[in-house]
Amino acid sequence: MDEGAGPQKVYEDYLARGRFMIQRARATGEYVFYPRTLSASGETDLEWVEASGLGTVYAITVNRSRDGSVNIALVDLDEGPRMMATVVGVETVPIGTQVKARVERGESPRVVFDPVEPRP
Amino acid sequence: MSHSLRGRTAIVGLGLAGVGEAPGFSAMELLGLSVRAALDDAGLKLSDIDAVFAATSSHAFASMSVTEYLGLRPKYFDSTNIGGSSFEMHLLQASLALEAGLCDVALICYGSNQRTAGGRLVSMSEPQWHETPYRPRHPITAYALATARHMHQYGTSREMLADVAVAARQWANLNPDAFARGPLTRADVLGKRMVSDPLTAGDCCLVTDGAAACLLVRAERAKDFPKPPAYFLGAAGANWHRSIQAMPDLTVTAASESGPRAFALAGVSREDVDLLMLYDAFTINTILFLEDLGFCPKGEGGRFVQDGRIAPGGTLAVNTNGGGLSCVHPGMYGMFLIAEGVTQIRGEAGERQLKRADIALLHGNGGTLSSQVTAFLGSEAAL
Repeated sequence: MDEGAGPQKVYEDYLARGRFMIQRARATGEYVFYPRTLSASGETDLEWVEASGLGTVYAITVNRSRDGSVNIALVDLDEGPRMMATVVGVETVPIGTQVKARVERGESPRVVFDPVEPRP
Repeated sequence: MSHSLRGRTAIVGLGLAGVGEAPGFSAMELLGLSVRAALDDAGLKLSDIDAVFAATSSHAFASMSVTEYLGLRPKYFDSTNIGGSSFEMHLLQASLALEAGLCDVALICYGSNQRTAGGRLVSMSEPQWHETPYRPRHPITAYALATARHMHQYGTSREMLADVAVAARQWANLNPDAFARGPLTRADVLGKRMVSDPLTAGDCCLVTDGAAACLLVRAERAKDFPKPPAYFLGAAGANWHRSIQAMPDLTVTAASESGPRAFALAGVSREDVDLLMLYDAFTINTILFLEDLGFCPKGEGGRFVQDGRIAPGGTLAVNTNGGGLSCVHPGMYGMFLIAEGVTQIRGEAGERQLKRADIALLHGNGGTLSSQVTAFLGSEAAL
């Protein structure tokens, strides 16, 4: 794993190996997503850490087209950042649903989420 | 707060072309016709224009393309493209350039043939790599997400959204130039095809052709023109994100920042505003901007628009041309906010003319609720 490349490539290379990694600034502890070369406060000491994969649906829509219906969600990761994603295996879920990430392998690997039982 | 730009420049020419459908014309051809109409309106010659402000959905270097097409040699030019709000930003930039003496006659213009060229929204906006794997259908995906969140957080209903579309249509029915006219009920809007939950086709703006242009000069010569001047009172922009995943709170737009700064710069209070032109690409926009610009509390926008409050005869005049929802939306709508503001201030709005139209708020929106620009125009009585 060449972590010396730019963050987009590193992220995508990790995904291709089945791993969902996000960045964290060593000094401030800030999590960063989508992957960038500097954090919101300007830090560049970013390390790659395994995402917990746990998150909550912040907003969701179902795109309805001739090719079928697919949901597109914004998921708030437990670490803080928000990402665009999809909740698989269901048409849609209520906002606030707790979800867990997994990497969907294939030609263009991506992070998808499954609904999970609510955590306390 | 100083009001250094208040009343220092004015729009003295306005032209429209191809509003609705203009089969067989290119975007630039329509734009050229709108500039010709604006020159005729102001009694100016093409060669009087010495500054060009332009953005389109189909030209990477819009001011260069406009300059060549019109055969101009501008001293100042600017192709700032921040989506649909570009033209409200151009108002500010043109006023700054005029006030600094860098130019004397500034043209702001837009043209599109997207309806007859394909009937789909044309955009040069590039995909965002971190969103692409989920195949969002922008812009509607982003606005649908914001709508879903607003409904979840504040109890906004699809009926309330539909009321925004109904009010827009009622205004359009008073505007002979509006593209979508005829009766429209709440049930009609709710019954249209669901495109991206919770937005139906009735919650989405039109896809039309259309071009518009305006001409600005310094205020000292504004009264030398045939039509009453529409003075520029001030403007401010705010931008917090590009892609919807980076918008901090999907129920609060950067209009909540551009609005207060623009009000202060223009020396205007909410009670002074006679006309609100809010960029209504989708029904949720009107609700969000009413809230973020302070015309109702956060979360109350849906309830605020009920019972015809923003329709003809209501207490607040919003989008009197019929808006992007029912009048015109050729990809980027910001020039048409300016056009209606000028038309009302001049008293040329016919059946939809407001009794008092001295101060118009124009709120432009670009991208996915991204760039927000609030601008004010006023009549001479507003100075």
